[in-house]
Amino acid sequence: MSKVGRKIEIAEETHIRPYTLNFGPQHPAAHGVLRLVLEMDGEIVERADPHIGLLHRGTEKLIEYKTYTQALPYFDRLDYVSPMNQEHAFAMATENLLGITVPDRAQYIRVLFSELTRILNHILGITTGALDVGAVTPALWGFEEREKGMEFYDRVCGARLHANYFRPGGVRYDMPDGLAEDMYDWCENSILKVLDDMETLLTENRIFKQRTVDIGVASAEEALDWGFTGPMLRGSGVAWDLRKVQPYEVYDKMDFDIPVGKTGDCYARYLVRMEEMRQSVRIMKQCLDEMPKGAVMIDDYKIAPPPRGEMKGSMEALIHHFKLYTEGFHVPAGETYTAVEAPKGEFGVFLISDGSNKPYRCRIRAPGFCHLQAMDFLSKGHMLADAVSVIGSMDIVFGEIDR
Amino acid sequence: MSDEAFIDLAEHITESLKGSVSKYEMIRGALVVYAEREKVARVLQFLRDDRECACKQLIDITAVDYPEREERFDVVYQLLSVAQNHRIRVKIQVAEEEQVPSVTDVFSAAGWLEREVWDMYGLYFSNHPDLRRILTDYGFQGHPLRKDFPLTGYVEVRYDDELKRVVYEPVKLTQDFRRFDFLSPWDGMTDVQLPGDEKGAKPEFGCADYRDRKKAS
Repeated sequence: MSKVGRKIEIAEETHIRPYTLNFGPQHPAAHGVLRLVLEMDGEIVERADPHIGLLHRGTEKLIEYKTYTQALPYFDRLDYVSPMNQEHAFAMATENLLGITVPDRAQYIRVLFSELTRILNHILGITTGALDVGAVTPALWGFEEREKGMEFYDRVCGARLHANYFRPGGVRYDMPDGLAEDMYDWCENSILKVLDDMETLLTENRIFKQRTVDIGVASAEEALDWGFTGPMLRGSGVAWDLRKVQPYEVYDKMDFDIPVGKTGDCYARYLVRMEEMRQSVRIMKQCLDEMPKGAVMIDDYKIAPPPRGEMKGSMEALIHHFKLYTEGFHVPAGETYTAVEAPKGEFGVFLISDGSNKPYRCRIRAPGFCHLQAMDFLSKGHMLADAVSVIGSMDIVFGEIDR
Repeated sequence: MSDEAFIDLAEHITESLKGSVSKYEMIRGALVVYAEREKVARVLQFLRDDRECACKQLIDITAVDYPEREERFDVVYQLLSVAQNHRIRVKIQVAEEEQVPSVTDVFSAAGWLEREVWDMYGLYFSNHPDLRRILTDYGFQGHPLRKDFPLTGYVEVRYDDELKRVVYEPVKLTQDFRRFDFLSPWDGMTDVQLPGDEKGAKPEFGCADYRDRKKAS
């Protein structure tokens, strides 16, 4: 038999029918509990069907049964790697309905901690994404730095993760003595060095580039059509950041740049996140430099609890405290959609109040939900291993997707 | 964007979409357009393609349940224009047995968002390519975000060691579900004026601070 003849024979014998592959829900590259049903043609993904909801806890339903104060901690538990940004969205939505303005110092503290959260989120997103494509060291180095950031969380609110720190009307406590200096020192001397090290490991790394360049490309039109926000949208070349275009709190006083990607692939999204962290450090430093002195909570005891000292002496303060922690405050009837630029994209809260002490409806718009929806078109035609890169570059966290 | 600019835009929308848009409203600085249920795809397509609206992004679709209303549900579409930097909210009213036209042809992002509304509220979207449940369990019954669905649900799951599998059982509560309702004639209430509680004019929201009252007296 000639060589050519045998080749044809093998080709006929090894013809593989498209088959279905189940990926997850317990898989380290699934970033939580993602069950992905993949229709494969050999090693090529033909169709990806993410099955979500394994972490669904009915947050929106629960919030309808809780007062505004009790509803806030649920936001920490959505995207559990960027808790404060989500509290921020809910606090701002409530403030919007109440028609109150937050004191200056509280606004600076909020921006400061939002940006700290952004850095912590991106460190986790990038390093675990890199872990999925085989780079272990960035995770080891990055997480050490992340832990330092967590300590700042701990010092300001007493918890490493579930902060419950941003409240409607301001922030719960003022920053303790020495925290501002330590944070400035961290910005100046610690974090940038680690970011440089991470970049040395990844940005020009041949293997990392082979795994991410030209993988999961979304054009600007596609990104808009699929409802992408945040680094996913900017990676595709759309200069859009709520902090710049619809500034809230004191972002309009801050001097920072918005990195925009060119290629819309996984690598561009990585680069955008990397630069965003450096910009966040810039914002943090400006916050610390310019932070005014003063109150951190609105001076209205119908919304914010009175200080403990006053409670001991004043009957009226005691009544206020009691009523706030049993009945809670009433929010006038109305509706608002308030969004913040969370690390993963636009995190919005659509809050409807009927004038009582509990929200009538609290819709949570999570950025990751729309991003994961695009999994099918982003991974179509790629190898199975590239689907993992795509998941990594989306920076998905199931707390917010499943809610 | 200022309110005047929004009202100009709203006039432009209602003018161009006569018969599809019934009215518009400004709610706390946001433009809300009320559309007819059957025409919602056309309205969204117009908002996407029109040069002044240019809402290229569908940010969110959700529903709100008002059980006492005849057309029980509101379906709410949040649109964002990156080019013009504004948001438009579109609302339609839907009765329980009515179908909503799917907007997946207009915005790809609508696919999962409509699936979620179907899952949570049981609103059927006609012409949706893949209308399955999304967040709840495989084989789940009922639509949890409806106001008449109990917070505790109807079934609970546990692992049965004898059957060696997960089993579903009716919810057993060791203690009755209690809904603490602290509503009281405290002056945090905004919408009720109880007899004998007329301590002065009600402010627009909450209550004036008691220290202000001290100063005044």
